[in-house]
Order: sequence, then C-alpha cells, then structure tokens
Amino acid sequence: MAAEGSSSIDALGQFKLTTALGPLGASVNFTQANLMMVVAGAAMLGLLWIGMRPRAMVPGRLQAAAEMCYETVMSMCIEQIGQEGKKFFPLVFTLFFFILFGNLVGVFPYFFTFTSHIAVTLALSLLVFILVTFVALKEHGWHFFSYFVPKGIPVVLTPLLVVIEVISYLSRIISLSVRLFANMMAGHVMLEVFGSFVVMLGGAGFIFLFPAGLSLAVNVVLIGFELLVATLQAYVFAILTCIYLHDAVHLH
Amino acid sequence: MEKDTGGTGGSFEERLKAARSKQGLDAPPAKPPSGDAGMSPWGIGMRVGIELVSALVVAVAIGYGLDRWFGTKPILTALFVLLGGAAGILNVWRLFAPGRG
Repeated sequence: MAAEGSSSIDALGQFKLTTALGPLGASVNFTQANLMMVVAGAAMLGLLWIGMRPRAMVPGRLQAAAEMCYETVMSMCIEQIGQEGKKFFPLVFTLFFFILFGNLVGVFPYFFTFTSHIAVTLALSLLVFILVTFVALKEHGWHFFSYFVPKGIPVVLTPLLVVIEVISYLSRIISLSVRLFANMMAGHVMLEVFGSFVVMLGGAGFIFLFPAGLSLAVNVVLIGFELLVATLQAYVFAILTCIYLHDAVHLH
Repeated sequence: MEKDTGGTGGSFEERLKAARSKQGLDAPPAKPPSGDAGMSPWGIGMRVGIELVSALVVAVAIGYGLDRWFGTKPILTALFVLLGGAAGILNVWRLFAPGRG
C-alpha cells in the first residue's frame, strides 16, 4: 500500500483542544472551543444587530431573518409553556441560537464544534435542569414534590414509583446533554472517516480513484446531513427546555 | 366583511389572518409539539436508546453512591439497575404516550 504510513484513521483527534490566539490565549488557557463560542455569540449578535438596524416596515432579507428568529422562538415559548412562557424567552432564545450557531460553525473547515464536547453540553443541560427545578420550587414550593407521586396508584407501590420518577427526572440531565453531544460527535467522526478514505484511496493507485470519488460524494451528502442534524438538535434542545419549563410551571 | 374602523389593531389582525388562511399561507404547525420532530427511524432509535441508557446511568450512579455511603457494596447497585431500567422504560413511554404526561 502506498499510504502505509498514514493507514490508521485518527477520527477523534479533531476534538482535541489546543489553545488559540497565540501566547496570549495560551497564558489563560483560551482554547479554540472558547474562541468558537465567542464566534457563535458574535455571529448571532451580529445578525440581530445588523439585521435590525434598518428598522424598516417592510423588512429586507437580513431583517426578515432576524425577525423570523425572534418569532420562531417566541411562538415556541408560548405554544409549549403558555403565556408565562414569555418570561423564559430570553433564556430559550439564547440557548437555541448559541447551540445552533455552535453546530453550524462546526461544519466549516478549520472551525471547531464546541457542542461536540460533553463538558459543554453537560454544562448547558445542568443549567437548564437547575433552572427548571428552581422555577418549579419557586412557583409551587413544597407542593412541587407531589410531581414525583403519580396519581391513582396503590399506596403499597408509592415508594417504588417515587424512586423511579426521581430517577426519570434526574436522567433528563444525561439525556439532554448526551443527545446533543452524541449527534454532533458522530457526524464529525463520520466526516473525518470518509475524508480519510478519500485521501487514502486517492493515494493508493489508479484503480482506487473510483471508490475515492464515491467517498467524496458520501462526504458531500454528509455535510448536508450535518446541516440538518445541527438545526434539528438545536431545535430539540430548545423545545425540550420548553417542555421541562412547562412541567415546572404547571406541574402537569 | 367588517368595515375598517380606522386602524384598530384587532380587526386588521383578524382580516389579515382570514386572508392568510384563505391563501394557505398560515401553514398548520408543521412540527408535532413534542420533541420527536417527525424524525427518521434512525433518529427515533437514537432518542429511545439515549433515554434508556441515561436513566440507567443515573440509577447506577445513585446506587453505587449509596453503596459507598452505607457500605453495602453490591446490593443497592443491583437494586438500582432494575429501578433504572424501569425509569428508562418510563422515559420511553413518556416519549410516545398519546397526550404526553
């Protein structure tokens, strides 16, 4: 094989953190993930700020995009949580677009997907979980704990079912964070693997050019798929936040 | 049709809504309200798997922690594995139950 030297595919190397911004970043451990968070936040703020600058009655393209972002999240909040949902709009909006831009930014070459780190997604889901619990306690006080006691069950089964309900409630932290993390990581690993196929097969000789081209085609399809997953996962994260907030506000 | 009473917001909103629905512009909410946004079988499988496993992970963590605390090494972990499996099934049931709750 011609590509003997690089025949192992290092699919996970892409997730390694390195410091960004030269010696200044290195001295404060400012990694490329942090840089990408700043980029994602700045892109969102830029879209809103530049888009809304004309304040036209009939919006231009960028203003229409900015207004659509606002209205999508606003209607999501009101539909899922109810009229109280307006209070939580800033949180849901920030979460949705931080994750969405984080996911989308990762599709570009030389960019980094910070949502492919479980540390980041776990922090986000812990934020949501703690907030939801706090809201529920604030709204309902001690009555909140009746959430863990299902209605209409025999008294004998209550202790067992309460434990199961508590586990189910706590598992939200894991499921919320792992869903986003696993989807983003899986997508980027697939991209890396097929990208390596292109290079290895392309260098292996004339007869391998066809499979190499096939791998390249797969990669093109995967990029499109990745755009879908990026949007869908950000949407799922935001809507689950809304559903949890609904449960917290209304306790069913 | 109602007369225009000089820019009262309500009547304009109503007429706009009527006009939009006549043109079919107000599409009914395309996404179902719950999180499983009309996904592929792969997506559904992924979600179910994550719900099952996450409940199990939390349960095993709790069981192991309690075991360490009380010094009853394998008993509580084994018990919580079963409870975690049940909680996972409950999560999946919540995901697909008609009229979530």
